[in-house]
Amino acid sequence: MSADSISTAEPIARLIEEFNKLPGIGPKSAQRLTYHLLRAPASEVSALADAIKNLKEKLTLCSVCLNITDSDPCATCHDEERDHTKICIVEEPIDILPLERTKKYKGLYHVLHGVIAPADGIGPDELKIKELLSRLNDGLVTEVILATNPNLEGEATAMYLQRLIAPLGIKITRLARGLPYGADLEYADDVTLSRALEGRQEM
Amino acid sequence: MTAPRTYQTEAIIIKRIKLGEADRILTLYTPELGKLKAVAKGTRRPRSKLGGHVELLTHSRLMLARGRNLDIITQAQTIDNFLPIKDDLERVSRGLYISELVDSFTGEHIEDRQLFHLLLETLKQLSLSKDCESAMRYFELHLLDHLGYRPQLQHCTNCNSPLKPDSNFFSSRLGGVLCHDCGFNEPMARPISLNALKVLRLWQNCDFTAARRIRINQDLAVELEQVIREYIKYLLEKQLKSTAWLDRLKHEVPQK
Repeated sequence: MSADSISTAEPIARLIEEFNKLPGIGPKSAQRLTYHLLRAPASEVSALADAIKNLKEKLTLCSVCLNITDSDPCATCHDEERDHTKICIVEEPIDILPLERTKKYKGLYHVLHGVIAPADGIGPDELKIKELLSRLNDGLVTEVILATNPNLEGEATAMYLQRLIAPLGIKITRLARGLPYGADLEYADDVTLSRALEGRQEM
Repeated sequence: MTAPRTYQTEAIIIKRIKLGEADRILTLYTPELGKLKAVAKGTRRPRSKLGGHVELLTHSRLMLARGRNLDIITQAQTIDNFLPIKDDLERVSRGLYISELVDSFTGEHIEDRQLFHLLLETLKQLSLSKDCESAMRYFELHLLDHLGYRPQLQHCTNCNSPLKPDSNFFSSRLGGVLCHDCGFNEPMARPISLNALKVLRLWQNCDFTAARRIRINQDLAVELEQVIREYIKYLLEKQLKSTAWLDRLKHEVPQK
């Protein structure tokens, strides 16, 4: 018998191992979480277990915008109040949250699930670009807003999409790039400042 | 004597991966320390003071603090951001390919000033002009040269006889050109045109500006790309990932 099997029962060891796989959880944290659950009331533990189980079982990708959803099409795509002529293209599902928080955008979204990253072997086929193009083909959409991140890969992906979409005659816009609110000019890099100057607006 | 806790260096950022919530691990290419990995904290937040100064394909002056495992970037100031490269899909893709090439061929902490300057010069050339194929080939050839894989283009690599203006072959396995007779018996060798051979010889011995002055037609450009790419693939024992994207860009994506 190995030392491990003497010290911990199999279910405990297994849970520790599973926690340990999560980002930011080391072996010690995994142990602490496991023993915490061991002492917690059974109802709490099964609530957690259900929540984890439902995560994969009840969630799918929306067949329209490919955001993560529990109903298909998702609530946003289904909403008649929203502007169905605008599509905002984002890299990841998580990028929709900050855009929604602004309460300034009432259109629809499209999630690419990544960006073009040649050195990681991620090209257009690994992204949800085909789905985007078939959405644009129905003639309903009049504006596409490119909201990929303002970094090298995000810009490259935006340039690529611009070329694909331009022949369709749809208006293409890009989120403005410039200085973040609350920042210091002193620390701004030249690219950001050049963009901020290019995009300056009359007051 | 213990090493100082902080140090400064110039660097070109050739790779970056996400770390934790808002940090990144950057792969830097520096003149004094060669390739080096370092942590850039908070760079994924909009208000990060490092932000754009440590973006890919940027030439920056950095201050680093020695860390337990990886060093940490504490200050950064852009020297050249190569904006024309980043504003152009073709050139940015080539820039990324160059980065992958350098990353694949080099080990960490090996000083190599010449390679740094070759990389820097290539990025400068890329940002000067849209026509970048010659600059790419020049870079590849000189990178190979510098790393000790200079292709032999004067004599047959097998029988050492001078090459005739004839149909010759290029063998990645032997790292050079084979004469007509030897090439026939080497199964992996590919035919190489006389023009391609001439251009390669010229590139091996000239500077960047001269290299870019040579006019190359489409067919020859394709041949040169294939020859060098095959040789690189043989040396690395893998195809670089970004080549798939470069090909796609060339053949499928509508041009502006």
